[in-house]
Amino acid sequence: MPDMIALSHPASGHPQQRQFNPYSENGGTILAISGADFSVIAGDTRQSEGYSIQTRYAPKVFRLTDKAVLAVNGFAADGNMFVKQVRQRLEWYRHAHAKDMPLRAIARLIQTMLYARRFFPYYVYNILGGIEEDGSGAVYSFDPVGSYERESCRAAGAAQSLVQPFLDNQIYFKNQVPQPGHPHPKHLPLTTVIQLVIDSFTSATERHIEVGDGLEMFVVLAKGSPLYGLENIDGVQEMTATNDGERLFVVRRNLKRD
Amino acid sequence: MDHFPMQWGRPRNDTFDAYGTYPVAQRTYNGGVDAFSAGVQHTQQPIVTGTSVLAIKYKDGVMMAADNLASYGSLARFKDIQRLHPVGTNTVIGAGGDMSDFQYIQALLDELMIGEFTEQDGHSLGPSEIHEYLSHVMYARRSKMDPLWNALIVGGFKDGKRFLSYVDLLGTTYSASTLATGYGSYIAQPLLRKAVEGNEDTLTEDEAVKILEQSMKVLFYRDARSLNKYQIAKISADGVAISESRSVETNWSFAEGIRGYGAQTQ
Repeated sequence: MPDMIALSHPASGHPQQRQFNPYSENGGTILAISGADFSVIAGDTRQSEGYSIQTRYAPKVFRLTDKAVLAVNGFAADGNMFVKQVRQRLEWYRHAHAKDMPLRAIARLIQTMLYARRFFPYYVYNILGGIEEDGSGAVYSFDPVGSYERESCRAAGAAQSLVQPFLDNQIYFKNQVPQPGHPHPKHLPLTTVIQLVIDSFTSATERHIEVGDGLEMFVVLAKGSPLYGLENIDGVQEMTATNDGERLFVVRRNLKRD
Repeated sequence: MDHFPMQWGRPRNDTFDAYGTYPVAQRTYNGGVDAFSAGVQHTQQPIVTGTSVLAIKYKDGVMMAADNLASYGSLARFKDIQRLHPVGTNTVIGAGGDMSDFQYIQALLDELMIGEFTEQDGHSLGPSEIHEYLSHVMYARRSKMDPLWNALIVGGFKDGKRFLSYVDLLGTTYSASTLATGYGSYIAQPLLRKAVEGNEDTLTEDEAVKILEQSMKVLFYRDARSLNKYQIAKISADGVAISESRSVETNWSFAEGIRGYGAQTQ
């Protein structure tokens, strides 16, 4: 049994100051994969704190422009506020330059915004997905203080340690030996990627208590790209807002709620 | 969410005041002071606290419940405090946590609503705008390391739409068809979800009142910082209606049969 008179001050004689902790962790997982001319950015919709589910629908993946989608994971209050500020900067850019900011510029913007708070960080892991100016699919991943790199696949959040190894194996073909005369493909087709994303989240839902309730998956297609059968996917909805050529879709699925 | 508002935003430490008696059991500190840090006073813990607030969506709008108690540690200090506060004609906010911070928030909102009223531009702030405003205030204060020590639920009905959202001392926000703060998030939330999820558009006013009454009763049985005297707020197309204080029938005869602790010898 704990000492009931533990209320008294520690040996130093100074009062025990229990400092206010401005951070919390709200669970969930995000994931992005890029292909030759598309990018898929996904996240679950559960928001939790400790063992309590706060809500079954709190989006973590946000449309920035028709060619850029940002997923945020970590401390939800920081995440929402950060997305709000990024969007404001993108709006200012649009008013100043009469076009949407290119993806690589958004990535650098996010780095500077995160590093500006180096000594009181946004406790948020960001993954930015979309289409570059050259038409290629891209994924940028960030740490909370702004270190970033372009990759073709990244998972972050509560189930990162469950999902990333699966992706390393299925996207980068790690630990797989190609059949003689059949080298691993350089880029995977969209339908394969979508199935991998859905499988990643159903699996993470099975094994991680902070993942579940709903899946929200954005698909960005490059200018002139075919639909690759995307129109046949259950629950797909087009979100394209401009005539720039890139097309944006969202797919919503249920995940287990237990 | 933690039952004890004084623990909100703090790392868990069960060896510190396991019985939640603070501030009653806290001794005064008579040592030296750091003159520099003493220059700025920040809220370090809540003092007079309110416990759970419950809220659900139903067919015609939103319904909320909160009891009338403001505790001083484990002492039931004020037993006629209103924790449901109307803002404008479409919104009610309910607060758990520090009651003086809540009164400060009420003053902020009064000022805001008067400012908007004097514009006379045909617009008025609805529940979503009030929630947005509160979330920015709460987040800004946590970012100054000087939080307003509350968990707030904003409920409303405007332009035919129900609104129900939460914001707390960290600036964390979320919405759902059932919300609860404090001990209610452990004890009442499962009951509310079972009764409401999927039935938001069919639940009648009477059914909604019954669900909240039942949940308040369970909370009164189990939450030591609660009171069997509470109010229910209804926000619908007819505007805001906050009830007089009421109570539920309770039955403690089962306590006679409990053996194993307490005063009995056998």
